[in-house]
Amino acid sequence: MIRFAHVHKEFTRTGAALADVTFQVAKGEFVFLTGPSGAGKSTILKMIYAAERPTTGEVVVAGHAMSTLGGRDVALLRRKLGVVFQDFRLLEDRSAEANVAFALEVTGAPADTIAPKVARLLTQVGLASKATSFPGELSGGEQQRVAIARALVNDPMVLIADEPTGNLDDRATRGVFQLLREINAAGTAVMMATHDIELIKRADFRTIEVNRGKIVLDSATDAPPAGAA
Amino acid sequence: MLALREAVRGLRRAPLLSALSVTTIAFSLFAFGLFGLVAINIRQTLQQVEERVEIRAFIAEGTPIEASSALLGDVQAFPEVQSAMLVSPRDALERARSELKEFADIFEEGLLPSSIDVHLREGFRDPVTMRAVAARLDAYDFVDEVRYGEEWVEKLYRLRTIAGLAGTTLGVTFAVVAMIIIGATIRMTVLARTREIEVMRLVGATDGFIRAPFLIEGCVKGVLGGACALLLTYVAHQALTRWVMSASFFDTRLAVLGLASGALLGLLGSAVSVGRHLRER
Repeated sequence: MIRFAHVHKEFTRTGAALADVTFQVAKGEFVFLTGPSGAGKSTILKMIYAAERPTTGEVVVAGHAMSTLGGRDVALLRRKLGVVFQDFRLLEDRSAEANVAFALEVTGAPADTIAPKVARLLTQVGLASKATSFPGELSGGEQQRVAIARALVNDPMVLIADEPTGNLDDRATRGVFQLLREINAAGTAVMMATHDIELIKRADFRTIEVNRGKIVLDSATDAPPAGAA
Repeated sequence: MLALREAVRGLRRAPLLSALSVTTIAFSLFAFGLFGLVAINIRQTLQQVEERVEIRAFIAEGTPIEASSALLGDVQAFPEVQSAMLVSPRDALERARSELKEFADIFEEGLLPSSIDVHLREGFRDPVTMRAVAARLDAYDFVDEVRYGEEWVEKLYRLRTIAGLAGTTLGVTFAVVAMIIIGATIRMTVLARTREIEVMRLVGATDGFIRAPFLIEGCVKGVLGGACALLLTYVAHQALTRWVMSASFFDTRLAVLGLASGALLGLLGSAVSVGRHLRER
């Protein structure tokens, strides 16, 4: 599903962001990506949805190799993924249902399929009763649920979540995490970047830890890779 | 359809910004329109003056009418010649009396010689061609003298060249400045919708799909701005005609061209702004 092979990433201004990153994520897997701020978590996630390209090495996501990805291929790849962020990134001037519908409209979904799908997704994330509310009228947890519903519109193979609970209180965090588990249980692979050690411990999913651009722990291999700091 | 809906939404959501864009486009095109108005009037005036320029070949006294007629036939066959006319001494006298009324009683019968008056085609009224045609006429034995106001023609031609060059330079400058201003205004609307573009890209909308509403919006603003500019130019023209001097206004073709330029400027400005935004992200 996701394959990183000896990936290096250099930024012109800030230097090396990733060094020799190698890992694979299988279909339907749930993976935590953790590590301190600036460790390279977001860079890894950005490479998965093709917002960044590796300087060297290979990244393959859902059968798309980043090295050969053209402009239109990026759009097609992203239709196989769902992405959520810490800051939700909702359109403030549209209701919850309009935010979700927007993602379907701009990817060319048939008009008659949009309303039922939006209703189903909002029900799935527990927000059917707040479909007409605007983001400003929703709590942080509810906004993140709308963002997750939007990420699910194209029935993604992988859900990328970059610190999805970073702005939420404990109760909302538990709710959003439970939702991500349910999505994963339904067959979607989830890759979630988080600082929340308690959450990682409680869940007992595979954990990849990065530090200074290197993988220092991958619980799937049960030991730090050779040469890791 | 969605692109159209999003374009309308974009216009309605930020009415102040939209109005600012339209106003900027309108004033940029208004400046261009005023310049255009001056340019077409100068051009028209010069053309009118040019049309009056003629070469006059005076025929020697006693030349048989057959020879003069043969010369007229020759001249009419010159490729540069638009029209040529044989003017008899009597006609020359009539003309002189009507053109210079205060000296009408001075002109006497037989004072003026007959002549062949030649008008050149448009595009052949430059000093070099006029000199060449005059020389060809002068080569005939029975042509006494050829006059065409050489110095005056050269001045007129120089004026036309300068006006043409200045017009092109100023026109291009105005167009470029208008495009830069319009591009910057549209960039503001693009920046105001950064989040929307980001979401579109994130969920897998193609760049073409993302561009479409902005292009429609730019085009609509361009047409509205163009229409306002046309109206302002018309008002300025009316004021000029009423209080200063009579001047020509754009014909329908030029007015439509003005609106089309507005649409094109809006479209290009949007295309460049969105393109730049998409490349930067």
